[in-house]
Amino acid sequence: MTLDQLPKGRICRVTGFASGCEDLVIKLREIGFAESDEVELMHRGPLGANPLCFRLNRTLIALRSDEARAIQVDAPA
Amino acid sequence: MSRLRLALVGAPNSGKSTLFNGLTGGRAKVANYSGVTVETRSGWLQTPGGIEIDLIDLPGIYGLKARSTDERIAIDLLCNGRDGEAPPDGMLVLIDAAHLRTHLHTVLQMRAIGRPMIVVLNMIDLAERDGLKIDVARLQTELGVPVVTARATRATGRADLLACIDAETAHWQAPGSATENTVNTRDADLSALQGEARAIANKAILFEPAMNRLTRQIDHFVLHPVAGPFILSALLFFMFQAVYSWSGPFMDALEAGAAALGQLAGNVLPAGWVHDLVVDGIIAGVGSVVVFLPQIVILFLFILALEASGYMARAAVLMDELMLRVGLNGRAFIPLLSSFACAIPGMMSARTIDNERDRLTTILVAPLMTCSARLPVYTLIIGAFIPPDTVGVFNLQGIVMFGLYLTGVVSAVTVAFVLKRTVTKGSNQVLIMELPTYKLPNPRDFLFSLWGHVSAFLKRAGTIILTTSIILWFLASYPSSATTLRDSYAGMIGSVLEKLLAPIGFNLEIAIALVPGMAAREVAVGALGTVYAIQGGEENVEGLAAALQGAWSLPTALAFLAWYVFAPQCFATLATARRETNSWAWTGFMFGYLMVLAYIAAGATFHIATWAGL
Repeated sequence: MTLDQLPKGRICRVTGFASGCEDLVIKLREIGFAESDEVELMHRGPLGANPLCFRLNRTLIALRSDEARAIQVDAPA
Repeated sequence: MSRLRLALVGAPNSGKSTLFNGLTGGRAKVANYSGVTVETRSGWLQTPGGIEIDLIDLPGIYGLKARSTDERIAIDLLCNGRDGEAPPDGMLVLIDAAHLRTHLHTVLQMRAIGRPMIVVLNMIDLAERDGLKIDVARLQTELGVPVVTARATRATGRADLLACIDAETAHWQAPGSATENTVNTRDADLSALQGEARAIANKAILFEPAMNRLTRQIDHFVLHPVAGPFILSALLFFMFQAVYSWSGPFMDALEAGAAALGQLAGNVLPAGWVHDLVVDGIIAGVGSVVVFLPQIVILFLFILALEASGYMARAAVLMDELMLRVGLNGRAFIPLLSSFACAIPGMMSARTIDNERDRLTTILVAPLMTCSARLPVYTLIIGAFIPPDTVGVFNLQGIVMFGLYLTGVVSAVTVAFVLKRTVTKGSNQVLIMELPTYKLPNPRDFLFSLWGHVSAFLKRAGTIILTTSIILWFLASYPSSATTLRDSYAGMIGSVLEKLLAPIGFNLEIAIALVPGMAAREVAVGALGTVYAIQGGEENVEGLAAALQGAWSLPTALAFLAWYVFAPQCFATLATARRETNSWAWTGFMFGYLMVLAYIAAGATFHIATWAGL
């Protein structure tokens, strides 16, 4: 599944990135997202929507769901 | 030996400015590079081993793929040098120890440039306090470049770094000629680099605790979908109330000081033109502006504290959805909030926005955010015309001030909305932003930046405002045959403008004050001070506020306030807009639309207030 679908409080790992949007993927990689990294949804924006705040390892990063959709994660147990 | 040029490189929030200030003692000079207008700070230091170093502070970068103007400069300077200058001899690559795993690939990208470097594992004390354990020796072996640790809190934490610079730079090669940037930034390369970085991190990190607890706990409230926006608005409201109410005693003291100085000069100097120039021109003009220093200090205090503590990025997150609706990006919130202090740093910080259209829109609306130079104007008029009653727990004057700020914000949002649907159409950029760990601002850094802003204000008061006060005093006092203001040179110029401004309720004195007020907004206050000091002569002992009460109707005063919400009266802002947009057309557009809005707003205010019988 993709990162934007991750429910709050579940921890999962990055498995890959969407193809066909190399620029976006490079941006995501540069700020730190990489395969096998641990991610968790921490906060949702006002009104429970965008932006989404994720914990990436020990770092907190805000994305909109459009960006989060480009990150593939393993389905949490 | 010639000086060594070292670049300070690192991700945003890796503590670069603290280290820069610590190493150089804050003695920085700002260099402008041609073409784009990016300023890089550079400072000088000498190591214990006697090596002289020029330290260049670069904008924060996560990698070598440039997107925003800021990043482009940093990367270009690192890889190829700029303006015929060779690239730096070496790099100090900073990494926040607490985020070693996430950011380590940035270090590997810098290593790929192939220039001598020292990795600084920064803020190690804070990371260790969280419980993080790093094998620094192992990290150094794995990276194959020297790694030193530095502490956030103490100067002694930099001793290792200085010793390392002494030891390492001794055997650095002489700088080669500029080489083309051949570092690959494709997805596949980055992926491999990240794999390597994670493998190194696995070996070097001995124990990795969960995220910083305090940050988690604070964010539980600050980023709460309901409480978060409420906290943000409460904080902003408190900030503006504080600017107005805390500054009172200090302003009274400064005002009394200026009055005493005027009296003293009046008694000491023999009657004549020198007496008039000093008392009516210089002291009345400059004094009426310097009085506002306390408010400006308090405003910058808040903005710098929000920035340094890590809250500002949260504010951008909270505002993102709202900003998106009007066609801007959450990131634009930071330039716009900085514009409350001054539009110039605000426009410059818009460089972090990588979508050119979004950046342009942000720059065009930045002057609508009420900058600190408008405070003197607002404070003077509100103090003179709005009674200091309390409404509930709030001060009526504070509420009017808040209303003026709010009008600016609402106009900025409306204008941005219209612009994005007409002249600056284009797709929205993405939002990818790191939220830094909360920390107490470093007092030294804090004072450095505060002093930077305060001294800029004082410098303006001492130069532009002093000069315009003197010129205006001359124009308003001569020819000596003139018995009224209208017969003076200033009156002749003003009466032309007066015809244009009379429909919106402005009188001759305002018309005269608006001309020098073009130089900077607060100059208008100084100019009014000078004009009324000359007119009032000896009777004018009550100060400018009292003089205005006698001379202006309430509708005129309100129209004057409305004018200043919009009027683009600041040469420096226009010059910055020209540099940042690199276009006279956009600068002209900005000037034009602001002038039109100012005229309409002042006119509407005047006529509505008159009609309402105020």
